[in-house]
Amino acid sequence: MSDLLRLATAGSVDDGKSTLVGRLLYDTKSVLADTLDAVHRASADRGLATPDLSLLVDGLRSEREQGITIDVAYRYFATPKRSFVLADTPGHVQYTRNTVTGASTAQLAVLLVDARKGVIEQTRRHAAVLALLGVPRLVLAVNKIDLVGYDEVMFSRIAKEFTAHATALGYTEDSVVEIPVSALAGDNVVEKSANTPWYSGPTLLEHLETVPVEPDPHDAPFRFPVQYVIRPRTAEHLDYRGYAGLVAAGTVKPGDEVVVLPSGRRSTVTKIDTADGELAEAAAGQSVTLLLADDIDISRGDLISVAGNEPTVTDELDATLCWLAEKPLRPGARVLVKHGTRTVQAMVTDLRDRFDEQKLSSVDGPASLELNEIGRVALRLAEPVPLDDYSFSRRTGSFLVIDASDGSTLAAGLVGAPLPLLENGVESCTGGSTATPDNHALVSPGP
Amino acid sequence: MTLALDTLGRLESEAIHIFREVAGEFDRPVILFSGGKDSTLLLHLAIKAFYPAPVPFPLLHVDTGHNFDEVIEFRDRVVARHGLRLEVAKVQDWIDDGRLEERPDGTRNPLQTVPLLDSITQHKFDAVFGGGRRDEERARAKERIFSLRTAFGQWDPKRQRPELWNLYNGRHRAGEHVRVFPLSNWTELDVWNYIEREGIELPDIYYSHQRDVFLRDGMWLAEGPWGTAREGETLERKTVRYRTVGDGSCTGAVESDASDIHAVIAEVAASRLTERGATRADDRLSEAAMEDRKREGYF
Repeated sequence: MSDLLRLATAGSVDDGKSTLVGRLLYDTKSVLADTLDAVHRASADRGLATPDLSLLVDGLRSEREQGITIDVAYRYFATPKRSFVLADTPGHVQYTRNTVTGASTAQLAVLLVDARKGVIEQTRRHAAVLALLGVPRLVLAVNKIDLVGYDEVMFSRIAKEFTAHATALGYTEDSVVEIPVSALAGDNVVEKSANTPWYSGPTLLEHLETVPVEPDPHDAPFRFPVQYVIRPRTAEHLDYRGYAGLVAAGTVKPGDEVVVLPSGRRSTVTKIDTADGELAEAAAGQSVTLLLADDIDISRGDLISVAGNEPTVTDELDATLCWLAEKPLRPGARVLVKHGTRTVQAMVTDLRDRFDEQKLSSVDGPASLELNEIGRVALRLAEPVPLDDYSFSRRTGSFLVIDASDGSTLAAGLVGAPLPLLENGVESCTGGSTATPDNHALVSPGP
Repeated sequence: MTLALDTLGRLESEAIHIFREVAGEFDRPVILFSGGKDSTLLLHLAIKAFYPAPVPFPLLHVDTGHNFDEVIEFRDRVVARHGLRLEVAKVQDWIDDGRLEERPDGTRNPLQTVPLLDSITQHKFDAVFGGGRRDEERARAKERIFSLRTAFGQWDPKRQRPELWNLYNGRHRAGEHVRVFPLSNWTELDVWNYIEREGIELPDIYYSHQRDVFLRDGMWLAEGPWGTAREGETLERKTVRYRTVGDGSCTGAVESDASDIHAVIAEVAASRLTERGATRADDRLSEAAMEDRKREGYF
């Protein structure tokens, strides 16, 4: 079992997310005494009777002043069973931007709802974004369960509604878990609650400690974006020429036949080098240096792939964009696309549709894509690039859209249409659905 | 044979990936190197990232003049051993020619910002590696791995770019630079566990030793060029070690018998205080002390 779980949290304002994260840190004793003292002092200064655990996570001055979370914050905690990297994503205005960021590397997401309100629009939107980004597992934390008198019927109704929605998005039933919690009182976060005798499932922490983590995509075909060419030119290593990179998918062994893309030249791996010595095999997630049998022209931006099962090399593609900039996207826009280690000029030739998150359906031919909107586009690239479908490989199917003038990141790009609903649309987001579980939910995230 | 990486293996692989991205995309990167444990770890990872070639970046130390002798000696030894280039920006030079003024409280940590920014401008550094970790402090928890700084070196939390997958966007305009934090996802305990696993040498002052210290604001401070015990404070001989190493005027020692790496790891794992809270006077100035210094261009 993996000893590291990367997770993201999502929820709308006032669902108590910061309090839940604070509670997880507090109850796992991940908060040290001086930090806790500071929270006690600040809470007392504000005239609060009990310590406000959300102060443990709200880091910036304006956040503390306004009592809201503005930016994604990363938290680290560990139990004897596992280490956790938690991306705490705020739930208000710029929610897509933050949720997309947190979800892009998450292996699991904890979605919060207020037990008094149940599944609301924003819950559905968040779940859709998480499904789109391919987060393999979801937990619905039904928070403030104390405020509905620990009512089982209320909880079951919310759980059933959410399961139906998640299934419609392509999740299998065993990849979604609902847990009744009170972040404020601590029920079922770390300690099992005596107030919910009708609930027999795990506490939130128990679930996080034991949930299977999908391994890196070792079974996938080998993919290796070249980051840097290592040429020492020293007496000892006069002819050394190594290609440095992080294995994006699959495994590689000396003797494997590979293809360099986009050029299409073939060679054989002779050696996998690291500072700790040669390796007999390297797998997804490892930073290594490859040496090849032939002296061919390879530089940063090239992709080394297993021969025989290669990505498509193309200068035209269909993609899904999560638009993250204030400035809207209009057809004809000229941008930069950063895919793997290669950055190329690109033009948005067509805006095909916009995803209506509330109806979970798509609107054809929109005039623009605005901040926080998701849509399908056609892109033409200035040069051919080796591309995998996002649903096939998260690492080699993702790209950034960058503003060439000021360098800002405009959008998260996914090759293809990872969310089947974008193509089909569904009438109801709560009714039974015929959508089949989707492969992409099983692909593991970046390192 | 299992190919799954453990936590330290994943953190190492991520840091190496970050070093190589910067080498591939920037013209003039530099590593901030003080001889402290985080920057020593940073250098160790950089060496691994480009093996068997030499590290393709110089090092920069902003020297407050209030350093521990053992750390400076260690710094110079490491630089010589690996055949690296080290630039030193001395705060004292900035004070001597009037560009900076000594603070009334004598602490020089906040004075590092100006020499740092001047050096970045002078050498046209476009990427600056720092050893900052997100677990250190609340404002740092929101820091990106690639953190964009304005031409004035300032950090604007609202202008930071979303960081997606492991695709880093290092584009910047002329005069701007990017601070890069390869240790973002490490915790203090990860750092020590990795130092043990790799057998990385550190300055002796991280391990327990005898030192004359005095108590001020709940911290054991050593005497040095920055001053000594004031009226009402007494110098005592204690067995101490340092958890962080910075400016001598505001870095406190902790009482400790941990004389080797195993004892230090046991102590860190059992500690009830954060390393900054235990040993850094500069972070105690206000609730947002670190955020304010970051906005001004601090590490």
